[in-house]
Amino acid sequence: MPARIEPLAITAYSATSALGRGLAAHIDALDAGRGGLGANDFSSAHLDCRIGRVAGVEDATLPATLARWDCRNNRLAWLGLQQDSLLDAIARAVAEHGAARVALVLGTSTASIGSTEDAYRRLDHGRFPADLQRPEIHTPHSLTAFVADAAGITGPALTVSTACSSSAKVFASAERLIRLGLADAALVGGVDTLCDSVLFGFNALELVSGQACRPFDVRRDGISIGEAAAFALLERADAAPRAPRLLGYGESSDAHHMSTPHPEGRGAQAALDDALARAGIDAGQVDYINLHGTATVKNDEVEATLLPRFPQRTRASSTKGFTGHALGAAGALEAVFTLLAIEHGIVPPNLGCDDPMPEAAPWLALQPARQRIDVALSNSFGFGGNNACLAFGRGDAA
Amino acid sequence: MSATLRIAGIGAWTQGASDWPALRGALRGEHGLAVDAPAKPAANILPAAERRRAPDGVRLAAEVATQACAMAGCDPAALPCVFASAFGELAITDYVCETLARAPLELSPTKFHNSVLNAPAGYWTIATGCMAASSAVTAHHCSFAAGLLEALALAAADDTPVLFACCDVASTGPLAEMTHTSLAFGVALVLSPTATGGARLRWSQRAGGAGALLPVVMALRAVAGDNPANAHALALLAAVAGSHPAALRLPLSSGLTLDMEITP
Repeated sequence: MPARIEPLAITAYSATSALGRGLAAHIDALDAGRGGLGANDFSSAHLDCRIGRVAGVEDATLPATLARWDCRNNRLAWLGLQQDSLLDAIARAVAEHGAARVALVLGTSTASIGSTEDAYRRLDHGRFPADLQRPEIHTPHSLTAFVADAAGITGPALTVSTACSSSAKVFASAERLIRLGLADAALVGGVDTLCDSVLFGFNALELVSGQACRPFDVRRDGISIGEAAAFALLERADAAPRAPRLLGYGESSDAHHMSTPHPEGRGAQAALDDALARAGIDAGQVDYINLHGTATVKNDEVEATLLPRFPQRTRASSTKGFTGHALGAAGALEAVFTLLAIEHGIVPPNLGCDDPMPEAAPWLALQPARQRIDVALSNSFGFGGNNACLAFGRGDAA
Repeated sequence: MSATLRIAGIGAWTQGASDWPALRGALRGEHGLAVDAPAKPAANILPAAERRRAPDGVRLAAEVATQACAMAGCDPAALPCVFASAFGELAITDYVCETLARAPLELSPTKFHNSVLNAPAGYWTIATGCMAASSAVTAHHCSFAAGLLEALALAAADDTPVLFACCDVASTGPLAEMTHTSLAFGVALVLSPTATGGARLRWSQRAGGAGALLPVVMALRAVAGDNPANAHALALLAAVAGSHPAALRLPLSSGLTLDMEITP
């Protein structure tokens, strides 16, 4: 088992999703049990499903100095960066530590592939149309290169792209950079936007539900795809004694199958063990778990096998009924839900579940509730059997 | 900070040099690239059925990773791994975008799940039974150095040997004009804080622009193609293939370099 790590302070964080822009919109939606899924009006051919679309991304514009980065994904990233004074917090960290001492590690599964798809729909004599002849937006690193430019960060910059665990793993990469003294602060997060690749791809895999997704419900039948931008700024704990903490993380592989989880959840168990060990806590101390909970038949069944390790006072929920599955942005978005649970004492309800799976029922939080949460986990699992588990805690209780 | 470790194993594959000894000989100017070389990596570690379905980037990554682990004498199942790529599965991206433009409902589910950047990590961990951490990272032209830093940091932070691979395949279709990668090239390194054999690598991070790359023999310029990730990997391999210690600076981001001293 890995050694315990020094907790890091989360000195700023924010999310923009189908629930709205910024933390207040997310708190309101959790308290009201009001989800953000709507009828699919995005895909270029008809697909009868619900999606978690961020309102107004089409109308967002990048400043003229950043115009070369324009695409739907970078617009959503820009919207996300402007919430909750995030850009001010980043500017403060850059001023305090130096631009090259701030690392940038972002997760995405598709980056700006929506623009590459668009170019193929509008080929001009076999070539990309003139407005899309911008090589940098047709790479999987487009998001991170854009945010580095937009936020004035010149430290180590890396995109993690491990499908749906991408933006959970960025917390682990950032912790290593700070622990080794390669950076003094790190902006982490994830952005993924709706695009045909994922809508028709998951549809081809027969994993998309025709209705709003129902995580851990006995009649769950697939995912609802969403989009989101979520960010967190990590610094050493002494920078902010009262800020919530990253206590630990665990990463593992299933070694089982490209698109279905290990049937006994061995990989997920290993990531959980690793996260608890790095955090120096045991399962009995965990007050809340944000479950990956995609609402596919198999994924939720396997994830439920983790729950008996926790006391039944531990509250657990998937928040995908609120936002849809934000894929490469899911890890960071759900880390933000987990931080809100700690800072505001909110237990996010497992929206969409009316008839809970018996294996999960004792732990599932079905109704909005407020209670003190000192320690919380967030699970993220991706294609290729890629697993991550994050552990967060209260600043003043850590 | 700076840290020292050993490059305990190396794997390499490109058209004309299908393993590290062949590429090392070419880097030393002892011989040229093979003219009767295999067109695809053998990737024998993948089960036959998987090997047939696996896209080119997966085959390339599996081949070089297998070579590196064999040279290091490491059990792949025990090694955390980091797979880097500037562009991922370019031929699949071309297929996906072309199909979506023409007939989106005909998209192949297998091609879709093979399109993720972590397909090499997924196939590798499944084939080897590796349950350790695996990652897939990218940083456009800085993919080799930024991915290497991720692997070096993982090795140093957890004091463990780490498998690092950086692979890119040739692009096809209209996307090729945006990516400019014309040749498949893959390299894998087993980076070990505890091994006693293999080239010694001392590394640190420094603010400022990158210096000149080591001159790579002319015959191999074509291998680097127009893909800087390949050129950066070749520069490191040239240093390892040399007979004297060499210093190397590779760009990590717009304002930062990865400084390395290699003692073969």
